[in-house]
Amino acid sequence: MSRSYLPHWMHWLGSPPNFYRFAGTLRPWLMALALASAAIGLYGGLVLAPPDYQQGDAYRIIFIHVPSAWMSLFIYATMAVAGLIALVWRVKLAEVIAMECAPTGAAFTFITLATGSLWGKPMWGTWWTWDARLTSELVLLFLYLGVIGLCNAFEDRRRGARAASLLALVGIVNLPIVHYSVQWWNTLHQGTTVDFLDPARSSIAAPMLWPLLVMALATHLYFFASILGRARTGLLSLESGKQWVRTLVDGQPAPTMEAPT
Amino acid sequence: MDSTAQSMTGDRIACRATGVRANAAGACIALLRRDFVLAWRRRGELFLPLLYAVIVTALFPFALGPDPELLARIAGGVLLVIVVLAMLPALESMFRADLDDGTLEQWLLAPQPLALLALTRVIAHWLTTVLPLIIVMPLLGALMNLPVKVLPVLIVTLLLATPLLVLLGAVLSALAAGARRSGILLALMLLPLAVPVVIFAAGAIAGAQSGMPYIAPLTWLAAALVMAIVLAPLACAAALRIAVES
Repeated sequence: MSRSYLPHWMHWLGSPPNFYRFAGTLRPWLMALALASAAIGLYGGLVLAPPDYQQGDAYRIIFIHVPSAWMSLFIYATMAVAGLIALVWRVKLAEVIAMECAPTGAAFTFITLATGSLWGKPMWGTWWTWDARLTSELVLLFLYLGVIGLCNAFEDRRRGARAASLLALVGIVNLPIVHYSVQWWNTLHQGTTVDFLDPARSSIAAPMLWPLLVMALATHLYFFASILGRARTGLLSLESGKQWVRTLVDGQPAPTMEAPT
Repeated sequence: MDSTAQSMTGDRIACRATGVRANAAGACIALLRRDFVLAWRRRGELFLPLLYAVIVTALFPFALGPDPELLARIAGGVLLVIVVLAMLPALESMFRADLDDGTLEQWLLAPQPLALLALTRVIAHWLTTVLPLIIVMPLLGALMNLPVKVLPVLIVTLLLATPLLVLLGAVLSALAAGARRSGILLALMLLPLAVPVVIFAAGAIAGAQSGMPYIAPLTWLAAALVMAIVLAPLACAAALRIAVES
């Protein structure tokens, strides 16, 4: 028998029934942690952090806006990686995860656009402007909607997932091109405030930074909890003819599984 | 004659013309001939994008008023967008008929690389549906009061930008070929890919219109076109494989 270079637990987890149970166990914990850290982050950001010397209290929208913007890109990257795995190795679980990423990512992108628009009205005096970052984010939203639309346009879910995965990969090549081309075209948005590569260049005060990072943690945890829940539902409907789903639905005890070694 | 019968006639003509040759160039020539024969048999359809472009161009002066200066200022950008929109409906049917009648399965079985066949189809599609739009550009420019010195730049820009859009559109069209309906979906998928193309094309036109240098955006477009000629057929081939297998 040929030896696989993947550890055994990965094969174990890639099996839909095993993943279903694993995700069901992990999801409540992640969700609880997400809610707890969101509560801490929002308290730190909305109550403890001092007002900005220029923008007053209006800047506090960054505690929603910036983590959402980070998430909109992070989820797209996750979707593209899962899509690549789905296309190359034809892993059913990766197809489900790639496709379930899209609605959550679209939601975060929409939140980013909506909160940015709310902030833009008092600060820039307009709800919308054709600035580079805003345009990139809008294009990102269209990419998400295209992936969702293409996936749903197929009769066969697995084919739809593979086609949409390829579209996600085309999109990830396209995103930097869009980013730089619109930057060349028009820029108004303020520059990067938090610079992870070079902390000395960051222009944000520590009492404002830590709630922001806690909120980023909260949104990541929420995304993981949400994707596990969504993937569970996706697997159930994809595998609805299989024995393990019937056993699950009929309420009989699930067949015993071997533990990962 | 329905489309299947027509395509079969086209295949027969192509086979008779070139013989059964396994080499890549022969296959490409046969495919081009077939596409041209098919396009010629349905030449009425070739005029529809032109008609669309003329109608939309004619609507702009009605909507914005016939002020020659205003029209001259917006002409370049408007014509660019009209060309992009007029290309959209034809993109949808790029691979659909071939998927329905089983031609695509023969493409997959053919000894020639699928990417090469896809590139040939893109060339045939561009020549039959997009090139006529560029040829009537002087007429549309006159309708929109486009300054005469901008017209050559507009045409060069379109000669670079439209093949790029057709290459990108071919990938999406191949992706959507297996889907039930894809009309507005194709537009939604093409928009993010078209944004950089439109920005650089519009940059070149705006530069020419205001007397500024316009070479930089054009070279960017040319570079992107070269890259797309290499990469897009590969992505298109991958998409066609997904469309055919089920």
